Amino acid sequence: MTTEAATHTLPAGVLARLTLELASWSFTLKLGLGLFTIIILMAVFAPWVAPFDPELQDFDVILMPPDLTYLFGTDNLGRDIFSRVIYGARLDLSAGFVMTYVPMVYGVLIGAYAGYRGGWVDTVVGSVTNMAIAFPFLVMIIVVVAVIGPGVNAIFISVFLLAWTMYARLARAEMMVERGKDYMLAARVLGYPTRIIVLRHGLPNTIASSVVFSTSDFILNILLLSGLSFIGLGIQPPTPEWGAMIADGKEFILQAWWICTMPGLAVVLTGTALSLVGDGLSRRLGTRHGSMG
Amino acid sequence: MLVARYVISRVLHTLPVLIGVTLFTFLAIQFVPGDPIRIMTRGHVSDAEVAAIYDRLGMNRPLAVQYGSFIANAVTGDLGESIVQRAPVAELVGEKVAPTMWLLGVGTVLSILIALPFALLAAVWPDSAFDHAVRTASMVGFAMPPFWIGLLLILGFGLGLGWLPISGYGDGFIDHFTHMILPGLTIAFFLAPILIQTLRASLLDALDADHIEVARARGVPEWRIYLKHALRNALLPTLTVLSVNISWLVSGAVVVESVFALPGLGSLLIRSVGYRDYPLIQGLALIFAVIVVVVNLTADLCCGIIDRRVLRAAS
Repeated sequence: MTTEAATHTLPAGVLARLTLELASWSFTLKLGLGLFTIIILMAVFAPWVAPFDPELQDFDVILMPPDLTYLFGTDNLGRDIFSRVIYGARLDLSAGFVMTYVPMVYGVLIGAYAGYRGGWVDTVVGSVTNMAIAFPFLVMIIVVVAVIGPGVNAIFISVFLLAWTMYARLARAEMMVERGKDYMLAARVLGYPTRIIVLRHGLPNTIASSVVFSTSDFILNILLLSGLSFIGLGIQPPTPEWGAMIADGKEFILQAWWICTMPGLAVVLTGTALSLVGDGLSRRLGTRHGSMG
Repeated sequence: MLVARYVISRVLHTLPVLIGVTLFTFLAIQFVPGDPIRIMTRGHVSDAEVAAIYDRLGMNRPLAVQYGSFIANAVTGDLGESIVQRAPVAELVGEKVAPTMWLLGVGTVLSILIALPFALLAAVWPDSAFDHAVRTASMVGFAMPPFWIGLLLILGFGLGLGWLPISGYGDGFIDHFTHMILPGLTIAFFLAPILIQTLRASLLDALDADHIEVARARGVPEWRIYLKHALRNALLPTLTVLSVNISWLVSGAVVVESVFALPGLGSLLIRSVGYRDYPLIQGLALIFAVIVVVVNLTADLCCGIIDRRVLRAAS
């Protein structure tokens, strides 16, 4: 009933535009979005999808190879790896999301404003972003971990301090091009305040490259989180996290290859889905930059 | 003259990075909850001794003075003293530089050797099955965690086939090199996909240019057009991408060192975090920044040598 009512209230124009938009999506974009949606749904509905409790230890089934009951096998404590991988997705995806899109919001705003304003604001933002690109990122995070201890907080703090610069850089470069265009001039002549010109007129035209970059940034952030957990400075056991799980399996790599391999495959699958989305978006939005770098 | 001015302006550009990294580290350490000296000495020391250490390290001076003297000492090669290991930081760090440089060097060379043929062939046959395969493979490769690749390589080539050493650094040049093949390949798995993407895109751009058309009209053989005319122009953006990603490369090296138990700067950094050895952490952050800056500088200078227009644009 409700869906029917909702469809009826939609003006025909919106539906037509939606259909056109969907038709313009490339196969890669659809495949990537489809894969990524499945992964997210599995993470959201983890308690229903996962066959076992991710922290349940069962010493009768230690180091079992993958079979029909334990799809990805079990680890050295008899925990079901498939369930742990699904619960791990919750942590890796949500942390990766926060690490990517929080800095993106203020990074794009700062960059767009600097690019529009010019002058000393632009000089400062330009120098800071140029400097930050040469920062050894992981080393900086490790410094923060050394100060406040391992865990997701240290990672968030350092990422929030540094990661916005990449987005500011991209938005600034695009805004500097847009600034000179006629529609921006028109907005200025009409006497709109800078806030409206930047947010409503400039931003929609400067955000494309940041959106495309954010898909690779998302992958890099998942790799970063799992890498830090792997060296023991990120998420601490027994919390299921992909990198920490790979580290757990390191000692048993000869007897039980599946402990390391399965969480790694989860990272690769998620990353590939995001890459496909990035590649599809970059074609759809017509940015020149590829999804990587 | 042009070259000299270019070099000087590039070197000056590196200063803010070095200042930024040292300042970040320096300020971060001020936020250590509790007393850093007591943490580092594990509370085995009397109050008088703690006060003496504060005095000796000059840690009761104003912050700005402390930072100033850290920089002044660092310029002369003195990075302070590790309280936990009771040795000069510069000495501890100096021992570990070589394995890390080996890893970065072998990793970068292997990445280029892998990326070049794939990107070239993908650009020669754009939108062919080969091109699509290369693009898909580089997407998947980009998403692979370096430490995971490392473990799989250990499992396959080291333990399974027994061809290559899987941990440590070895003795002597040849031995060092064989120890670096698997760690270097791990780096290449991460770096090569990025290089392939840029190199392919810039090769396609370069092949569109007028001088290629002219070369074709003059009857220059196709292989020469690709290898000489197009590649030369495509190298520039690739070098830039390589230098932009160098900070990620260094980050990757820290993790890869831990997988292969390489006694390098990364392993030392992870260990010093465990000990909360703050002077050592500070020194290591500076050394990592110097490595990134030097590699960036080298890449910039290479760009200048390949294309003189870069020199003119910069000055």
